[in-house]
Amino acid sequence: MLNKVFAIFAIMALALVITVPVMAEDTIKIAYIDPLSGAMAGVGDAGYKHFQYNAELLNAAGGVLGGKKFEIVPFDNKVSPQDTLIQLKNAIDQDIRIVAQGNGSSVAGALIEAINKHNERNPDNQLIYLNYAAVTPSFTNEQCSFWHFRFDAHVDMKIAAITNYIKGQKDIKKVYLMNQDYVFGHAVSDASKAMLKEKRPDIKIVGDSFTPLGKVKDFSPYVAKIQASGADTVISGNWGADMSLLVKAAKDAGLKAQFYTFYGNGLGAPKAIGEAGIGILNSVTEWHLDLNQEEKNAEDEKFFLDYQEKYSSRGEVPYYYGRIGTTMQMLAAAIEKAHSTKAKDIAYALEGMEYQTPYGKVTMRAEDHQLIQPLYISTYAKAGQGTVKYDAENTGVGFKTIQRIEAADTAMPTTCKMERPEK
Amino acid sequence: MLEYLLFSVLNSLVLGMLLFMLSSGLTLIFSMMGVLNFAHASFYMLGAYFGYQITQAVGFWPALVIAPLLVGVIGALVERYGLRTVHKYGHVAELLFTVGLAFIIEEGVNLIWGRNAMTYPVPQSLDFPLFTLFSTEFSTYRMFMLLISVAIFIGLYMVLTRTRIGLIIQAALTHPQGVSALGHNVPMVFMMVFGGGSALAGVAGVIGGIFLITEPAMAATLGPIVFVVIVVGGMGSLTGAFVASLLLAAIQTFAVGLEYSLTDLFALVGIHGQVSGLLEDLGRIQLSHTGPILPYLFMVLMLMFRPKGLMGKRES
Repeated sequence: MLNKVFAIFAIMALALVITVPVMAEDTIKIAYIDPLSGAMAGVGDAGYKHFQYNAELLNAAGGVLGGKKFEIVPFDNKVSPQDTLIQLKNAIDQDIRIVAQGNGSSVAGALIEAINKHNERNPDNQLIYLNYAAVTPSFTNEQCSFWHFRFDAHVDMKIAAITNYIKGQKDIKKVYLMNQDYVFGHAVSDASKAMLKEKRPDIKIVGDSFTPLGKVKDFSPYVAKIQASGADTVISGNWGADMSLLVKAAKDAGLKAQFYTFYGNGLGAPKAIGEAGIGILNSVTEWHLDLNQEEKNAEDEKFFLDYQEKYSSRGEVPYYYGRIGTTMQMLAAAIEKAHSTKAKDIAYALEGMEYQTPYGKVTMRAEDHQLIQPLYISTYAKAGQGTVKYDAENTGVGFKTIQRIEAADTAMPTTCKMERPEK
Repeated sequence: MLEYLLFSVLNSLVLGMLLFMLSSGLTLIFSMMGVLNFAHASFYMLGAYFGYQITQAVGFWPALVIAPLLVGVIGALVERYGLRTVHKYGHVAELLFTVGLAFIIEEGVNLIWGRNAMTYPVPQSLDFPLFTLFSTEFSTYRMFMLLISVAIFIGLYMVLTRTRIGLIIQAALTHPQGVSALGHNVPMVFMMVFGGGSALAGVAGVIGGIFLITEPAMAATLGPIVFVVIVVGGMGSLTGAFVASLLLAAIQTFAVGLEYSLTDLFALVGIHGQVSGLLEDLGRIQLSHTGPILPYLFMVLMLMFRPKGLMGKRES
């Protein structure tokens, strides 16, 4: 009898030894939580490929901490805060401690709160959140968190860039605001109204529309409304399908207004508007695919072309998020600096960190965890002329910078009172 | 203002006729077989994806013919080998069958074409502004959509009212046993109607996939609206579906331009009150923000006050 029990125990012990997974000590996993299905899947999928590409580059260069490799693990949140929290739980269960997300400030707000709570309750396995695109200003102001780092310029910074440019354009008289109906879209609308009033009090806001996020398939009724308002300029923070369908409808109706956008130069928008966007569609971003020609940066050109070959589906979805490169490089540098992969150590290393991008020095501001980086306002231009060497999404249309804003000039004061954990 | 009105009317006509192409098939299938076909919008999606794929291979014009035919054949096969088999287990089984089918088609599309939207552009030969009124252009493609759907409406009406097969279909709508007793092959008629309805959804897909967007979520986006159309129009009534399609499209299109809220409404009748909290938020919501829910509100009201729909014939 005793023998039998012993034998069973022995078998169980053996099974345990065999099934204990080989803990992948040499990989650093990053949970990529973004929409991979539904209306915004195109954007989420592109972001995933950007992260993979940058992780591959870092891994090929030997990884970090003497050979640890990065691995990007995708989680589909359908741009829904509820799904995001479920996926965050899945990521935690898979022992992932670094979270990257960008699409939707509604999602980002939920993530910040969930991660704050988690980290407070689980001081031994905390999470760090790398936000590469959710740009509602409050995340680095009143809602700021020690665990959250934003690598994209926030709404007020981008609107400041746009309105500073508009200030000098005397022929702009009537502005229409077209945004998505959630916290981010309202932030764009509020900032535009406030800053235009201050910089160009003579400009009339002739419309202020909000559409449900990712739900509208035909923007023609809205374009008809813009047309009827007599607007000469449209400011829009729309992203993903909401951007490309808006410019598609504008093209169909022959709308002649100037567009100032956050996301008008990638992820489907060039395909939707094509040559009709030349000279009218402007975007404020930290990178665009003809920048390497303008600033004669061969290294960045190779970076762009390698991605073009490997991930862009024959040029259909070219490299877009310059800041994802910055995010991954700075993460790697922070891990090296901290000699640790613990969230708290990485976070302390990232605070105040400076990094040299191909287009200038950027700083992760310690007081609010907002990356301060140079911004560019670019416009559509015919490819094959001058510095416009490369075209976007096989449309024959590329981009031309109309203004560069130095990093220091994009910085804005913050109201953040950062609470830091004990080191 | 005139410009806005005119183009909103045109835009709602385009959207309305697209809805009609989808709902006409659904309403015929429902009234004839008693099956609420949840997979109907999935046939629309198949039409769009087939259209996209065939356009890549041989161009848009052949796709406009081949893709709907393919979808129609698939529809007929589904009726012959799927629905007819589960028919003996009653309507619930049929309903569940179509729900399952909708999921299978959606996941199938995901597997084959991926989750991203397809780049399915307007064909070159139709990609130019047709006319410019005031300062707005109206694209040729929109006019083309309008013409195609009007042609289909007329064709369908002719077939149903002026041909022998149309007479049999109409008779089978209300008295299937009687038609069967007269020696007509009613199951065959059912299969043809199901295939034909699916083919119509396929046409809507080929042209609507360009107009809206070709992605795996397209069926789920349009599906509920189509149900609203047939409920509002009256189950089984083609004219009802036609009127309801145009009406709902107009409601959705025009709601966008109306920036009035409940507070404005009360102010209009002379009530000025200070409310706070939730009530204040409710009062602030503008009509233009409620566009997406208006069709459903309309359906609920219709079911409450006129359950047979605008032109429906039966109460049950």
